[in-house]
Amino acid sequence: MATKVFMEALSPTMEEGRLVTWLKQEGDAVKSGEVLAEVETDKAVMELTARGDGVLRKQVVAAGTTAAVGTLVGIIAAADEDIASLLGGVAPSGAASAAPAAASAPAAAAASAPAAPAPRAAAPAAPAAPVASAGRALVSPLARRLADESGVSLGAVQGSGPGGRIVKRDIEAALARGPVASTPSAPARAAAPVRTGEAFEDIPLTQIRKTIAKRLSESIGPIPTFYLTAEFDLSRVAEMRTAALALGEAFKVSFNDVILKAVATALTQHPDVNAHWLGDRIRRFGGVHLGMAVATDDGLIVPVIFDADQKGLREISAEAKTLAKKARERKLKPEEFTGSSFSVSNLGMMQIDQFTAIINPPEVGILAIGAIEEKVVVGPDGGFTVQPRLRVTMSCDHRAVDGAVGAAFLQTLRRLIENPLLLSF
Amino acid sequence: MANFDVIYLGGGPAGYVGALRSAQLGQSVAVVEREGLGGTCVLWGCIPAKALLEAASIAQKVAKGKEFGVTAEKVTLDYGVAMKRSRQVSAQNSKGVEFLFKKNKITWLKGTGVLGSNKTVKVTAADGTVETHTATKGVVIATGSRVKGLPQIGLELDKSLVLSSDEALTLDKAPATLAVIGAGAVGCEFADVFNAFGSKVTILEVMPRILPVEDEDCSVELAKSFKKRGIEVITGAKLGTIKKGKTNVTIPVEVNGEKKELTFDKVLVAAGRAPNIEHIGLKEAGVQTTERGFIKINERFETSVKGIYAIGDVAGPPMLAHKGSREGHVVADILAGHTHHPVNYGNIPNATYCHPEVASIGLTEGQCKEKGLKYTIGKFPFSANGRARTSGETEGFVKVIRDEKHGEILGAHIIGAHATEMIHEFAVARENEYTVEEIDLAIHAHPTLSEAIAEAVLDSMGKMLHA
Repeated sequence: MATKVFMEALSPTMEEGRLVTWLKQEGDAVKSGEVLAEVETDKAVMELTARGDGVLRKQVVAAGTTAAVGTLVGIIAAADEDIASLLGGVAPSGAASAAPAAASAPAAAAASAPAAPAPRAAAPAAPAAPVASAGRALVSPLARRLADESGVSLGAVQGSGPGGRIVKRDIEAALARGPVASTPSAPARAAAPVRTGEAFEDIPLTQIRKTIAKRLSESIGPIPTFYLTAEFDLSRVAEMRTAALALGEAFKVSFNDVILKAVATALTQHPDVNAHWLGDRIRRFGGVHLGMAVATDDGLIVPVIFDADQKGLREISAEAKTLAKKARERKLKPEEFTGSSFSVSNLGMMQIDQFTAIINPPEVGILAIGAIEEKVVVGPDGGFTVQPRLRVTMSCDHRAVDGAVGAAFLQTLRRLIENPLLLSF
Repeated sequence: MANFDVIYLGGGPAGYVGALRSAQLGQSVAVVEREGLGGTCVLWGCIPAKALLEAASIAQKVAKGKEFGVTAEKVTLDYGVAMKRSRQVSAQNSKGVEFLFKKNKITWLKGTGVLGSNKTVKVTAADGTVETHTATKGVVIATGSRVKGLPQIGLELDKSLVLSSDEALTLDKAPATLAVIGAGAVGCEFADVFNAFGSKVTILEVMPRILPVEDEDCSVELAKSFKKRGIEVITGAKLGTIKKGKTNVTIPVEVNGEKKELTFDKVLVAAGRAPNIEHIGLKEAGVQTTERGFIKINERFETSVKGIYAIGDVAGPPMLAHKGSREGHVVADILAGHTHHPVNYGNIPNATYCHPEVASIGLTEGQCKEKGLKYTIGKFPFSANGRARTSGETEGFVKVIRDEKHGEILGAHIIGAHATEMIHEFAVARENEYTVEEIDLAIHAHPTLSEAIAEAVLDSMGKMLHA
């Protein structure tokens, strides 16, 4: 059975992609999962993989071409399968030289009828699935309604039903992959893609929550943000780093690693902050998936440390390093930069004392980390001491997080950062 | 000693259909079966029971004949004759499977099979000869299930007073009084048969309603109909330890705190089936079972041992012939390396052949509520259907549960004459993901019972025409 190759939404925000190079040529055998081509998205250069076995019969789109998500870019089929109907109005690229068999085969077969292998030769064998006629997608009535409702473009969906028919589960799978064809003015935000087996809890909105959300949105933009700033004493974190390093290079961690670990731990105690605003409900996550903003030459990207609450300092440190490196090399896969439940942005290394970060929706908060600075402070005994101090500012989505809730989170974070020993409990 | 591509252990509806499909795909196939081909379904279940239900139906129709101007006098009821006919029908069907085996060159290994290592099966024939056969692609366990009785309250099957459906199917005459324990499909069907043949039947069900897996509306309607015909229906019944006399059985029954003792000539145990996992070498082969005693399988019917598969009743509920047959078909495709459509477990019809018949597919209204789905109900009574009036079978209704937003047919429930035939309109619709609108658009012939489906569907959209 033929498999249509579409330009896929390789990142959640991708609307079109540039086909950089074809890695398989027409006539090459391909297996499901093999890389067919490289595609440049708005975020990175990604791999377009085959979703069926057979021969890459047709490169519908030439290298260098930019195509919208859902555009037919190629066809995988059996070597002798008639793909003319699949191509529909698409003119064969490179005319006769490219794939003469594809276009002329059916006509020839019809002319020399007796010799042609009848498509239904072996009756008991599973018949080759009939292929959708050009221009009309085979789709179940229910799937069509679901697609209309959710804005999924049927052209971008590969059917899994009998004969390649698009059925309910295909639309559900397309929705789970993320917004494919976006409805421009969708009032309620679609749920962000969630990894399979993910533990989370959807909390229906109470009336008071709805009113807060509505009023505050009217007052200040679509995300009514407020900011909370706090300054922490990093003396004990500094001591801990020194003590750890004394045990060997393997125990070397940065201030940022400790802050990430502390944020992850604090979030487990404040599920209201570790959440997504979904328009009609709030989704609290069972695990902490910590986004960390990374500046690259192309712009900002936020890779995710999944289940950060379950990971030790050393793991977080190693993962943060790897993700940052991959981000700068544009090698992040979509699943590595989607699905965060809360994010952290650090401009301390650029000597920014403090700043406010912009929430990455549908998350409900982001923590901006400033530079660590030696400051003179009044000690408990009234004397002066010098301490490394850190200023953090949390941006909160007031629709989901009230002032006191955000403040309580920062209190917990302060306790953890000023007493990093607690992180090992 | 012979080599086959596939060996099926059991020749019931799962194993024999799998064997036919395997043979059709060019595989060499053997089926190990000690009894006749066709399994419980053909020999001791679906087929003979339906032959008896047909007899019951004729008895009921004759009784109503007068109002149609057809008066039969001196009508006699003879369960023995009906039983003998049902055995003939059974034997015919079994022979039919035998013929299909010959036609498809499937080897019937007559005897008892035990799993060996490396996809071998040791078969012991009735005369004691033992042969070991090898399957190159896979051994498929399809040994089915059996009635297990309720030994915890003394209801051990004894073949004389405490019967399973097996013995009920071979009684010479209907008992004067009969208790049917368990009001699932089997219990309701036998209650129907023996009531029609003159027994005083009492149904005892521990759950709060009969046909507990069906939609509650259907349970209520059937109980109403049964009571009208003189079948006593006792639900929410706690049974005490029974006392067996020489010719009768006394059962202590407690309902809503009220205790009484009921005495019957015979007791039919129609509750509890157990998978046949014993004596086939499961443990020795390392095949794991679930907590409930079924063989553990994955979505490709593979057991915990490579090369050993399981399908049908022994591989888990629902224990229905048509579910087993479909699994047989699919496992044959898998073993032959063909692309297969996975079994759609959410779309298996239920059918109970008592009068009125009850059939359903998909979710019940109770299940929709539990899942928090938003739905609307469409319901049309047969009393408002022309065809039902002509035949005087106006009991029952069609009920369709429609997803409020997208019109998906979440479930459909029919109680009435020929319900088990009519349910397949919904089976096809659901399999193809048609919504209620497509059913409405399809023109239904007039006058037919199926028009009630079209009307129920219209009702779910608030547009019913004929009521």
